[in-house]
Amino acid sequence: MTAVAPPAPPAAEPARIGGGLLDPRQLWKSLPDALRKLNPATLWRNPVMFIVELGALFTTALSIQDSSTFAWLITVWLWLTVLFANLAEAVAEGRGKAQAATLRRARQETVARRLVDWAPGQSAPREETVDAVMLRQNDVVVVEAGQVIPGDGDVVEGVASVDESAITGESAPVIRESGGDRSAVTGGTRVLSDRIVVKITQKPGESFIDRMISLVEGASRQKTPNEIALNILLAALTIIFLLAVITLQPVAIFSKAFQGAAPDTLVIDEHGVTGIVLVSLLVALIPTTIGALLSAIGIAGMDRLVQRNVLATSGRAVEAAGDVNTLLLDKTGTITLGNRQATQFLPIGGVAPGELADAAQLSSLADQTPEGRSIVVLAKNEHGLRARDEGVIPSAEFVPFTAETRMSGVDLPGEGGAPARRIRKGAAAAVMRWVRENGGHPTEEVGGVVDGISATGGTPLVVAEHTDGQPARALGVVHLKDVVKSGMRERFDAMRRMGIRTIMITGDNPLTARAIAEEAGVDDFLAEAKPEDKLALIRHEQEGGRLVAMTGDGTNDAPALAQADVGVSMNTGTSAAKEAGNMVDLDSDPTKLIEIVEIGKQLLITRGALTTFSIANDIAKYFAIIPAMFAAVYPSLDGLNIMRLSSPESAITSAIIFNALVIVVLIPLALRGVRYRPSSASALLSRNLLVYGLGGIAAPFAGIKVLDIAIVQFIPGIS
Amino acid sequence: MSTTVAGVFFVLSLVLFVALAYRYFGDYLFRVVTGTRHSAAERLLYRLVGVNPAGEQSWPAYARSVFAFSLLSLLFLYGFTRLQSKLPLSLGFPGMSPHQGWNTAASFVTNTNWQSYAGESTLGHLVQMSGLAVQNFVSAAVGIAVSVALVRGFARNRTEALGNFWVDLTRIVLRVLLPVSIVGAIVLIAGGVVQNLSGGTDVTTLAGATQHIPGGPVASQEVIKELGTNGGGFYNANSAHPFENPTPWTNWIEIFLILLIPFAMPRVFGRMVGDKRQGHAILAVMAILAVASVILVNTFELLHNGTVPNSVNAAFEGKEVRFGISNSATFGAVTTLTSTGAVNSFFDSYTALGGMVPMVNMMLGEVAPGGVGSGLYGLLMLAVIAVFVAGLMVGRTPEYLGKKISAREIKFASLYFLITPAIVLVGMATAMATKNKDTMLNVGPHGFSEVLYAFTSAANNNGSAFAGITVNDQWWDTATGLCMVIGRFLPMVFVLALAGSLARQRPVPASAGTLPTYRPLFIGMVVGVVIILIALTFLPVLALGPLAEGL
Repeated sequence: MTAVAPPAPPAAEPARIGGGLLDPRQLWKSLPDALRKLNPATLWRNPVMFIVELGALFTTALSIQDSSTFAWLITVWLWLTVLFANLAEAVAEGRGKAQAATLRRARQETVARRLVDWAPGQSAPREETVDAVMLRQNDVVVVEAGQVIPGDGDVVEGVASVDESAITGESAPVIRESGGDRSAVTGGTRVLSDRIVVKITQKPGESFIDRMISLVEGASRQKTPNEIALNILLAALTIIFLLAVITLQPVAIFSKAFQGAAPDTLVIDEHGVTGIVLVSLLVALIPTTIGALLSAIGIAGMDRLVQRNVLATSGRAVEAAGDVNTLLLDKTGTITLGNRQATQFLPIGGVAPGELADAAQLSSLADQTPEGRSIVVLAKNEHGLRARDEGVIPSAEFVPFTAETRMSGVDLPGEGGAPARRIRKGAAAAVMRWVRENGGHPTEEVGGVVDGISATGGTPLVVAEHTDGQPARALGVVHLKDVVKSGMRERFDAMRRMGIRTIMITGDNPLTARAIAEEAGVDDFLAEAKPEDKLALIRHEQEGGRLVAMTGDGTNDAPALAQADVGVSMNTGTSAAKEAGNMVDLDSDPTKLIEIVEIGKQLLITRGALTTFSIANDIAKYFAIIPAMFAAVYPSLDGLNIMRLSSPESAITSAIIFNALVIVVLIPLALRGVRYRPSSASALLSRNLLVYGLGGIAAPFAGIKVLDIAIVQFIPGIS
Repeated sequence: MSTTVAGVFFVLSLVLFVALAYRYFGDYLFRVVTGTRHSAAERLLYRLVGVNPAGEQSWPAYARSVFAFSLLSLLFLYGFTRLQSKLPLSLGFPGMSPHQGWNTAASFVTNTNWQSYAGESTLGHLVQMSGLAVQNFVSAAVGIAVSVALVRGFARNRTEALGNFWVDLTRIVLRVLLPVSIVGAIVLIAGGVVQNLSGGTDVTTLAGATQHIPGGPVASQEVIKELGTNGGGFYNANSAHPFENPTPWTNWIEIFLILLIPFAMPRVFGRMVGDKRQGHAILAVMAILAVASVILVNTFELLHNGTVPNSVNAAFEGKEVRFGISNSATFGAVTTLTSTGAVNSFFDSYTALGGMVPMVNMMLGEVAPGGVGSGLYGLLMLAVIAVFVAGLMVGRTPEYLGKKISAREIKFASLYFLITPAIVLVGMATAMATKNKDTMLNVGPHGFSEVLYAFTSAANNNGSAFAGITVNDQWWDTATGLCMVIGRFLPMVFVLALAGSLARQRPVPASAGTLPTYRPLFIGMVVGVVIILIALTFLPVLALGPLAEGL
């Protein structure tokens, strides 16, 4: 066990920009970007909004040609519709830009001290100074306290504490050392103490920070598979409504001619429905709400991950996280606290509990392992035995644990008449042998207690003493067990409700593994797991069509991370692991995987919910616009005006204003994502259908009616 | 028994028997399309045609077979109608004009049976029997075959094979359509439908005039006209003609025959994908839409709003007294809910809103229950869209029966639901923007409804008509013929392409996170998608037609 534990800050509070709420200032700040996005050369990528922009251009021309309050009102609101859509995207990108700016500060120009012809163990290598940008893969550099690491790489010599706050936002320094799973260093971070030799693994210009910047800025954003599919559906809907509107015109001309007595209005005349109104009908019907917010939803989803200090190398990986069927979790550090802890003293043969606790504590005073510390703490908590410092008993001689003896303990010399006393604790077989060697006779009772603890997956430590002149005897057993982190069972229950199977991976024997699996509430476990077993398990799950997510940090995890559909590597891990996975958790918190899955799901749900909302909106818009268009020709069609809107012009204007405003109103929702609680698919569907389906039908009826009343009140040219 | 009670009893007894047919006839159909044995007659046919019945086809091969077969049928039928005067049993009728020949051939090959001619005064017995009736069988079988291929796409994994079109076609004709038709024809003959090869009888009427009463092989054609949801009548008056549909109980039989296969297909779907609940769900969507439609047409017709119906106190214009309002309205709803297009009353004379419902039935894409085969694949394509939106809302890449619905699948489903409305709207607008609308015999909204109905019927392969326009001139024959061919075969490409892409996939195992596609919520969602996505597209044009007239 390494002496220094990696910092594992609780990930409850995102360390970066506060997420969720939309600051109105953000809207204002993003306005220039939104205006730039009006450029048709970029807007065409969003077919729905591109059509709206073309419509707005067309109505602008019409308004100039044949000016009226109604025409200008519609034109202005059509432009606003496009602008609001751009604004949504610009705001989403703006958050990433703020993040990128922080990162850019970390990517300062540095000078590297390159070692020429370096070989391991070389005492005085030749050194030359080069610009960091000149570094190539496999160059070797030396970095000393106070210097900035010039590029991503692996420590090949030495150990140092490194300040990685520039990328993780976490101020506590971390230890980086050669060999093992904590060898990766990131360019732009600063060495605080000592000296390390680093072998550069990045290609020039492709450092981790460079990748981070382009990711959070959305520069390299590619549409994800579901987003592409949704775009196809939206394009199809746009085409069908485009056809419905265009083909309406000959019928309108025919109808107007048939009802020759009907007066010409701003809505319909002898040439059919006016261009302004046709465009209005089209914009009202095509799915503008989701079309406007779609890319903002995607960017914000990635951003939510970044706020939780997770970097995904692609949006595809985030979506895949939502689809995950199987979650592989390492036992240690993820499900359990990472170390076995003493939970109980079980005295035997009439030994007083206090006596056993005292002996156990004495033998553990010098034991710096977490297990040893936990014995000291348990004795203090349960029996009020204050931990004595090692120095308090000056002549005590501590016997360290060795793999050979499988025991540790303490030898207390006889002082002031008291006989010398030796205490040993360790594996049952080893301690029993020691008791026998020292003239004692272990009872059956010890074996029973030991077996009982083993059967529940715990680890028994037998404590024995040998006082001079007496036979050695066993005092009792300390029950060490893996402590499952609090709240894990609930999380796994939530996973199960979401339809995700959790599998615990552990190197423990099957018996121990089963006990912990049951306590933590995971669905399955893989005991005595070797890296290749992990890979085989992932392949097996994938053969069955399941998507697998896992976390890992070691180089030997790399193949499994690469094979998994979602591979989250820990920032503390090796470069190989970071390269293999498709996400990096800067907090190095393996339980983050569960949050990642939720973010992935939330992303899809937000898209689905707003699509449903957008389509459901059409019903009310039909009832506003159709009677407004044709009631002048066929008065009976006023029967469709169930909202009793005051005039055709006001009805159409209200529908268009509602259509534009609803985008702004939904920007916060698009950025934050719809509320997500782990539950079954059926429960999610009924809730979201209720809120966004029925809500989507009802909301515009109310909104359009309110706008109609307001317009009639305040805009004289319309009623 | 009042007429309304009789109408309700009529509908309820149909519902009961259709439910039984779903269960038992559906199982029979399932065995036919999944069986591995070939009868002696089938083996002989395969040897004659040179087909290896064991060889399965990928989707492009399946599609090529469908189109090759249909193209051959089209050419054959075109030749038949053009050369009729030179063939036996022509009853002295001349060949059709080129455009009418094209229209008729297109119409029968596409299972539309739009008739721009009057059967009894245009076609002789040979063309009727070995031209039209044969297409009534095989065009229906083509539809069923394509739907079975789509279901195989859902049911199979990691394969290119979607079955063998020639085997599907042969089995459906020999084991399903022929036997049921033989039994059905005998029943209809017992009910008074004529069946002979007579050239007609000249009789002297009471008033002393001479009337020519044409006879012919009616029953044999009548039964497949309904069973195969074809709809092309032997007589111009179609099922309103007493020789085609003499009594209320033959009327019941004909409606039942129309509904038999379309409503049994969801059962085949459920059985083939190994989850009967999936079949029940599709059946439920069909049934909800169908029952709503039957109730609406009945209500509008029984309420008889409108100047003339109000004054005579019933909407009886264009309806047969022997059927009454309700049995006519039910037949009208059923014939447009399926792709049949047979009529026992005259839609043009329906009340404005009563006439709108059949139009909407077709606009929905005829999915409730739709044509034989085409109804099932149409609804499954829309279910894919519903699954996609619903699937996103549960936070997963949408999947239907374990198959991921991603960009490729959505592309085909979107193109599918796009194509038919596009044909209807473009055809209708072209007619209305040109002088071709001048063949309209009515004015104003009603006149427009007739044009809209014509294109809706042609593009959706229904074949019924509002009539009221002269559609046998060159432009109309050509235009509606194109609508029928494009409206039939282009969607089939997308259906088969989707089937191919589904069959290739590795299935995703179901979990609690998987959207269950058999619960009422999902059923409601599919109904919603059908209505909001499809029907609302047509609301603007409906407003200027039947709604303007009827509100």
